[in-house]
Amino acid sequence: MEYVAAGLLGFLGGMLGGLVGVGGGVLFVPALVIFLDQTQVKAEATSLMAIVFVAALGAYRQYGYGNVQVRDGLVMGSMGVLGVVGGVAIANAVSGRTLELMFAALCLVIAVQLVRRVLKGSRPPATDRAPGPP
Amino acid sequence: MKLLVIGTLGGFFSGLFGVGGGTVVVPMLIFWLAYGEREATGTSLAAIVLIAAYGAIDQAIYGNVNPAHAALVGIPALAGVVTGAAVQQRIPERAVSLLFAALLVATAAELIF
Repeated sequence: MEYVAAGLLGFLGGMLGGLVGVGGGVLFVPALVIFLDQTQVKAEATSLMAIVFVAALGAYRQYGYGNVQVRDGLVMGSMGVLGVVGGVAIANAVSGRTLELMFAALCLVIAVQLVRRVLKGSRPPATDRAPGPP
Repeated sequence: MKLLVIGTLGGFFSGLFGVGGGTVVVPMLIFWLAYGEREATGTSLAAIVLIAAYGAIDQAIYGNVNPAHAALVGIPALAGVVTGAAVQQRIPERAVSLLFAALLVATAAELIF
């Protein structure tokens, strides 16, 4: 039963990856912690391994749809590796709680900006169908 | 230049919080480089492959990766990502933005609680 639940969350995490371009870790990690009894650290590590394959297949499919700027992706990915090294170093040095709250605030600010942008209609909708609530 | 900054920040937050770099990369591509939503999400996935591969190898060295569990969530996720990408081509880009905003709120909630 736990395996089914973990697999279902995995599927939904993958859907999220295809829909909004994230790795899916936001669902993989809870799936691993809650249903497969992994610790937070091991869940994040295991999630990363799953993300490699999920993001690779997702990028391949999106490339087929004409939605990938390959050079830009490679440049960002290469710089990202440097960023990870810095991020991990700081995560080990600074109080996690303050950083978490700051990043949470940043997420909310960006969310508001995205919604405002949609409401302003800075980009015409691709179809006439009104988007439903997320 | 902007690409370098976006990539570095994406990796940075990924290393800091274990949230995927996509959370940072997608909105920056949209707001800063005027990417369309679909292009931003597709290109973000390409960058994530490299960032996650580095992270996974690093963690595997410490023995933190459980390949069986990775397969358990990862294999259904492969079907999910193909489905998600196909659905994304059929919905308005504005809906992609709203979905992403919802994801950000959920991420913030997860960080706070």
